[in-house]
Amino acid sequence: MKEKVLTEHFGLENLYKIDVYQKQGGYRATEKALKKMKPEEILEEVKKANLRGRGGAGFPAGVKWSFVPDTDKPKYLCVNADEGEPGTFKDRYIMSHNPHMLIEGIIITSFCVGISVAFIYIRGEYEAIALRLEQAISEAYEKGFLGKNILESGFDLDVFVHRGAGAYICGEETALLESLEGKRGNPRLKPPFPASVGLFQCPTVINNVETISNISHIILNGAEWFIKQGLPKDGGTRIFGVSGMVKNPGIYELPLGTSLKDIIFKHAGGMKEGKKLKAVIPGGMSAPILTADEINIKMDFDSLVEANSMLGSAGIIVIDDKTSILDVLKVVTKFYSHESCGQCTPCRIGNSWINKIVKRIAEGKGKKEDIDSILRLASNIEGNTLCPLGDAAAMPILSITKKFRKELESHL
Amino acid sequence: MSPEFSEKTKKKIEEIVARYPQKEAAILPILHITQQEFGSISAEEEKLVARILGIKPISVRELVTFYTMFPKESLGKYHIQVCSNLSCSLLGAGNFVDYLVEKLGIKPGETTPDKKFTLSTVECLGACERAPCMMINFNYYGEMDPKKVDEILDGLK
Repeated sequence: MKEKVLTEHFGLENLYKIDVYQKQGGYRATEKALKKMKPEEILEEVKKANLRGRGGAGFPAGVKWSFVPDTDKPKYLCVNADEGEPGTFKDRYIMSHNPHMLIEGIIITSFCVGISVAFIYIRGEYEAIALRLEQAISEAYEKGFLGKNILESGFDLDVFVHRGAGAYICGEETALLESLEGKRGNPRLKPPFPASVGLFQCPTVINNVETISNISHIILNGAEWFIKQGLPKDGGTRIFGVSGMVKNPGIYELPLGTSLKDIIFKHAGGMKEGKKLKAVIPGGMSAPILTADEINIKMDFDSLVEANSMLGSAGIIVIDDKTSILDVLKVVTKFYSHESCGQCTPCRIGNSWINKIVKRIAEGKGKKEDIDSILRLASNIEGNTLCPLGDAAAMPILSITKKFRKELESHL
Repeated sequence: MSPEFSEKTKKKIEEIVARYPQKEAAILPILHITQQEFGSISAEEEKLVARILGIKPISVRELVTFYTMFPKESLGKYHIQVCSNLSCSLLGAGNFVDYLVEKLGIKPGETTPDKKFTLSTVECLGACERAPCMMINFNYYGEMDPKKVDEILDGLK
């Protein structure tokens, strides 16, 4: 039986308060993990659950944790709450409705990996949510779930909220680390990977809010149960965010592998009155676009890779037939040219150049060779930058330009 | 007179600095406090933050110019930030901005002469299901249309 896992109690009033959360069984997973399980047993369970990262890359969380070396250095956990991928708003819901579910995940993850300080790096605009998290954290301290010798297990943990200040790039994990250290969010060269050299040069686990929020459920119900909620290689549910031209935009928690067509037409109520589907961006703006006849597709990591797109952050943006694809391309290219950190030339120059061309076309001054120029420039960004922002820009630009070439050419 | 933090704020800053193994890591939280207390971060505030952290003012400027949330000059009492990203654009953010431009008599990036409103267009605010959305200071507003924004703005003193 598939069910809601993360959003089950979201309708409850005051769920964000620890007493209400505990009445729903909250912090039982923490008790189980700290009192009855060894760290290696937790790691084994999370690995078996095939919990893949919910931030965008889909890397298995348990495997990520196992890369942390055994060392005397301090280790850190950074929860990536820098939700900035256009079309994505699920973590906002998790943190504002159920902050303790995230805190429980932080406690169990930290206990498993041997971490004693965790930071939640949250985007600066989410000020109200940062305050809510801080209140929840102080409740957890009062009840003895955080601080020294948690539940008399000998395990200590401090959790701090750290607000970003308006930079999309800081959602990239190494830029996040730089930002947390008090620097500009310029991504680092990898390797070394954060698991070995991360925050303050120490081993660091970085996971998305939704990823960490699944941990308490895996501990309570087991890996086998978790896999049943999704797919064998891709355990659990996913919180899909649907926005754009649909009747009922919002979040929908569904099993991984749910069809995109069903998400749009069954769950989100279909298109708004009088609108027809033209295209869908399935996983946050960086995901390659799908045309209306490509939506018979299962929403899981591997199926979307096969369709030359990606599940990414599971933010689904629905575009209607009255919207000009040139307008879409204008918004997309403006965004990446604004958000490039400027470190790598192909991304810095390429994105602003493409945006200039698109704006020129929109002003009716397009040239015959412009479409090929866009394709050439975007191809030269792809794969030629330190961090994934270059690819994240090139993927939607290339897919939009190739799939809607005729429409774009009609503006020339 | 050069700006100075109150004793209470200084204590809060000390607490924040103690969270991190390296003092410089506290700079973003301190800049948020500075922005809140002084309304902008000009060269004088940069010097203040630099002094507290024992770093050079240029190191503070490096950050202030990288992140978008630390304006150099004071904003209006109410900072209206309208999302101009994809989901909001699909649902009419462009027309909505045009309406505000006309209503307030200022363009994005400008402040009204009475210093009441600053208008900005920004990238995704993470409230795409409520498109078109905007923030006024740190409050979110969704499903915006001219009538709704009239009511909201008229209610602001």
